[in-house]
Amino acid sequence: MNPLVPVNSGLAESTFALCLVLLVLAPLAIAGVALINTGLGRSRSAAQALLGSLLVVAVAAIVFALVGASFTGNPPGSPGGAGHILRIAGKSWNWIGAGPFLLGGLGSAPLESQMALIFELLAVALAALIPWGSGADRLKLSAGAAITAVLAAFAFPLIAHWTWTGGWLSQLGINFSLGAGFLDPGGAASIHVLGGLSALAIAWIAGSRRGKFPKEGFSTAMPGHNAVYVLFGCLLALVGWLAFNLAGAILWIHAPLAALPVTAINTIVSASAAVAATFLVTRIRFGKPDASLCANGWLTGLVASSAAAALVTPPQALFVGLVAGIATPLLVEVLELAVSIDDPSGALSVHGIGGLWGLIATGIFTAEPGQFVAQLVGVATLLGLVLPLVYLLFWVLNRWVPFRVDADGERVGMDLHELGGGAYPEFVIHRDDSYR
Amino acid sequence: MKYAGLLVMPAGFFLAIAALVLFPAPALRGAFVVCGLLVEALGLVVAVRGHMEARGENPQ
Repeated sequence: MNPLVPVNSGLAESTFALCLVLLVLAPLAIAGVALINTGLGRSRSAAQALLGSLLVVAVAAIVFALVGASFTGNPPGSPGGAGHILRIAGKSWNWIGAGPFLLGGLGSAPLESQMALIFELLAVALAALIPWGSGADRLKLSAGAAITAVLAAFAFPLIAHWTWTGGWLSQLGINFSLGAGFLDPGGAASIHVLGGLSALAIAWIAGSRRGKFPKEGFSTAMPGHNAVYVLFGCLLALVGWLAFNLAGAILWIHAPLAALPVTAINTIVSASAAVAATFLVTRIRFGKPDASLCANGWLTGLVASSAAAALVTPPQALFVGLVAGIATPLLVEVLELAVSIDDPSGALSVHGIGGLWGLIATGIFTAEPGQFVAQLVGVATLLGLVLPLVYLLFWVLNRWVPFRVDADGERVGMDLHELGGGAYPEFVIHRDDSYR
Repeated sequence: MKYAGLLVMPAGFFLAIAALVLFPAPALRGAFVVCGLLVEALGLVVAVRGHMEARGENPQ
């Protein structure tokens, strides 16, 4: 491609420039989530957790560029954006993208398609980081890479195509008069619910950390090792989330520039309401606010805003955040104590359930007739099709690339076992009582 | 039991899709989509119960 020859695009120059700046800032969401995952794990696995995050991002980008981008397809109206279509009951069901493999033709693609590809590359990396956090302290690096490859090659492209690039969920409005079709401008479904449900599948397949759930008695508390990483990660994530929500609004629902300030305000308001609610709930329940749960609350507010920020008013965003913030500490507690799911980063509550709530809230607050049902169909697809699908894919993958480290590796810590050295060599790591 | 629950969940999804094709009336369509979600919730509860029965057991 000759860079001096302008390529036709649906984006105005100012919108293009803004979108590019936003996409440059979006990796801060990845950095934030990586720090949060590391801080919520144990000190003896910290270096492996952060190196694993880098590996996950790298594998996600390479596999998506080589394979996944083809199945995601291009935005409607751009060349090669049609996808594979099934005709059922007189309606067309666009179920998978049909773009070229190995990013073929990217140089001559419209700017909007190229921007969309950058967004998707970053989105798939963020989605793959979520289950990596829930498998902390027991998932091998090879397993993290293999899980990421499956997510980037197949699972993410499928959902991204359905919701963003002209797939059947986005066409529900045209085919069945359900509002504007399934709406998810910031990636609540494609990134967060996919990541959260993958986290559940991995927690089920890999099992809990040794000693976490004794046969009798209560579960063993295994608190995160560094609250500073976790809380700083939350602040970094805010910048990245603003970038994702604003760029998503521009690319996927063609929001005008005038609508973007409200989207940004809604993102901040939702996260703020959520963290305030979690702060109060934990203070009332435990007598003092809990730092890691407050971080989870903040993140749930951001996740819920991914679906809703571009489509609701600030008071509605406040409500979305409040509900997310109240529910998060209760869900984390129920999932650990009552349901025995060992999820160190709280990915299922934060990304899975937070994302589902955001999608439903968008349906509640969008006035267009049929929009609520469109959102429910999207939620039904994620729960009823995507969860069993990712469980099946990971179950098969686990036979080929075992996810879990052996007992000795878990005992000495992932840093020593996989990397040969710890993250904090000057400090003595105390043996805890969880290996009885 | 976990696998049984996971097998029930796609049934809820297909119920929701069938509602789109079979019922043009918004109220009936919405009701059947909600029924699909309830079937999925049932499957999820069964899968979770199956997981809870294996509490304390690690894969290795």
